[in-house]
Amino acid sequence: MAETPAPAALPATPPLWRRIWLPVVVFALLALVPFVWSERFILGLVSRAMIMAIGALSLDLILGYGALVSFGHAAFLGIGAYAVAILFSHDIVDASIAFPVAILAGALFALVTGAISLKTRGVYFIMITLAFGQMAYFTATSLSAYGGDDGLRMFHRSEVFGTRILANDTAFYFVVLGTLVLCFLLLKAIVGSRFGRVLRGAKENERRMRALGFDPFRYRLAAYVIAGAVCALSGALFANLGMFVAPAYMTWQRSGEFIAMVVLGGMGTLIGPIIGGIGVTLVEEWLAALTQHWKVIFGPMVILVAIFARGGVVKLLERGGGK
Amino acid sequence: MSSTLLIIQTLNGLQLGVLLFLIAAGLTLVFGVMDFINLAHGVQYMLGAYLAAMFVAWTGSFFIGIALALITALACGLVLEVAVMRHLYDRDHLEQVLATFGLILFLNEGVKIVWGAAPLQVPIPPSLSGTIRIADGVLYPVWRLAIIGSGLAVALGLYLVVAKTRVGMLIRAGATNAPMVSALGVDIRRLFMIVFGFGAMLAGFAGCMAAPVFSVEPGMGDNLLILAFVVIVIGGIGSIRGAFVGALLVGLVDTLLRSFSVDLLRLSGLSPSDARTIGPAIASMSIYILMAAVLFFRPTGLFPAKG
Repeated sequence: MAETPAPAALPATPPLWRRIWLPVVVFALLALVPFVWSERFILGLVSRAMIMAIGALSLDLILGYGALVSFGHAAFLGIGAYAVAILFSHDIVDASIAFPVAILAGALFALVTGAISLKTRGVYFIMITLAFGQMAYFTATSLSAYGGDDGLRMFHRSEVFGTRILANDTAFYFVVLGTLVLCFLLLKAIVGSRFGRVLRGAKENERRMRALGFDPFRYRLAAYVIAGAVCALSGALFANLGMFVAPAYMTWQRSGEFIAMVVLGGMGTLIGPIIGGIGVTLVEEWLAALTQHWKVIFGPMVILVAIFARGGVVKLLERGGGK
Repeated sequence: MSSTLLIIQTLNGLQLGVLLFLIAAGLTLVFGVMDFINLAHGVQYMLGAYLAAMFVAWTGSFFIGIALALITALACGLVLEVAVMRHLYDRDHLEQVLATFGLILFLNEGVKIVWGAAPLQVPIPPSLSGTIRIADGVLYPVWRLAIIGSGLAVALGLYLVVAKTRVGMLIRAGATNAPMVSALGVDIRRLFMIVFGFGAMLAGFAGCMAAPVFSVEPGMGDNLLILAFVVIVIGGIGSIRGAFVGALLVGLVDTLLRSFSVDLLRLSGLSPSDARTIGPAIASMSIYILMAAVLFFRPTGLFPAKG
């Protein structure tokens, strides 16, 4: 059986516009949003889009740079969200405690499940990550002390060192944007480092990496843990956005959506998944405003992209905008 | 934990296992022959149930309705193959996952538009309704026995087709080494189209059989799809035998633990309240734990079809 092959390799050093200008433009546009539209609805919507973008970004580290198709990524989002909400229900409401706990919880879950999942390859890896995602989902539904199926409500957003600054939607928006930029820069540094090169090398040719004396398993596991931690951080923000968590945060359909975001945006580019995450969330919202049956339109869009738009939005920009 | 309940739940487990086998068989053949991950297989099961509901209501006859539903399910499968699947054979799993994920979104919403969001009911045919006494004080619905019986019959028929016929030989060969079969001059695309349509019909048949027991509603295939994937991963991808063993294993483990996990935990010394909290969680997760355990020790499943 063929291993899930890597997508057409993108050039080792992306062109300058993609490395510098595209991210700058995207983040600048996001920073402008609150000044152009200050309605609560818009701020909440774009905040949600950016939170999803962080999740997609974290998936891209293992999917785009490690060719590991994780189908349980939504579990990390849910774990981060539940960590914050459960601590909240025990009166631990400060982000300085709740967020690190969320990140640690995501990292720990990734360490345990990753150590098992990464023993398998290809379609078996897809399925075992799906299985772990489902386990997390069913665990959440059975947490009757924390709402079970109905989910858990937070009465206000996390405090920051005793202040309720996050209650302000604009402030929260910029916190989310800042987190997104930080995660982008962090992952960019990781991908560009020696660690990232080993990860990419293992994707291109595992045997060669072994011959060079690297153990791909350890690098993949480390990447998996980082991805889990970052996605859990997005979950912590997600819990704060709606002041609510529910098992529905970690359905396998949402894991599928994360994959769609990464592929639609352009995997293996870091800025691509951000564009994909924001784009998918906004398109879903826009279609949902048109018709309640928006998935009838969205589904075929996903199919068409899978069949025709290889490389996603970033690749399209590349073709259109020249090198 | 009475023996009556144990017998009934074992039969229920068998019944779920048989349904899972009908779905998993098509799924694993498609994967085995073309290395194609078809997430949309679950919506084909759902489609079968909806078609059964529609045709049974139209014709007023259960069996004519089921026959029409099967033919239509086959046609739908072939249309999907031509419209979507065929463009994705040579792509990697990621694109297949994505495209068929799009199909799920489309078809789940599509049935809502056509048949409405409210669940539909399919009546059990009078000749197969009622219960039968299978042991002292153990009554069991005839229809559920019919599901078990027809599922086992299909399994036997499938075994004969795959093991004894020329098409079956090609399917087995394709599942073992598709490029080689293709190089020997077999039109692998046509073979796949047959396998795919046939798989869609099997899934549709499972939907027809399930329709009178479960309510027919959008998204009903999603969870069963995940279960079917668990089945074929446990059994070994591409292996019919693996799908059969895996399906019965998953059906029994899931059903039995759902009814007895609390009692078992209590017997093992847990307090009743703890057992009531933990039991259902363990029951929901049991098959995923089973799958993770199998993969941990045998990374290619119990009966790997390929070396």
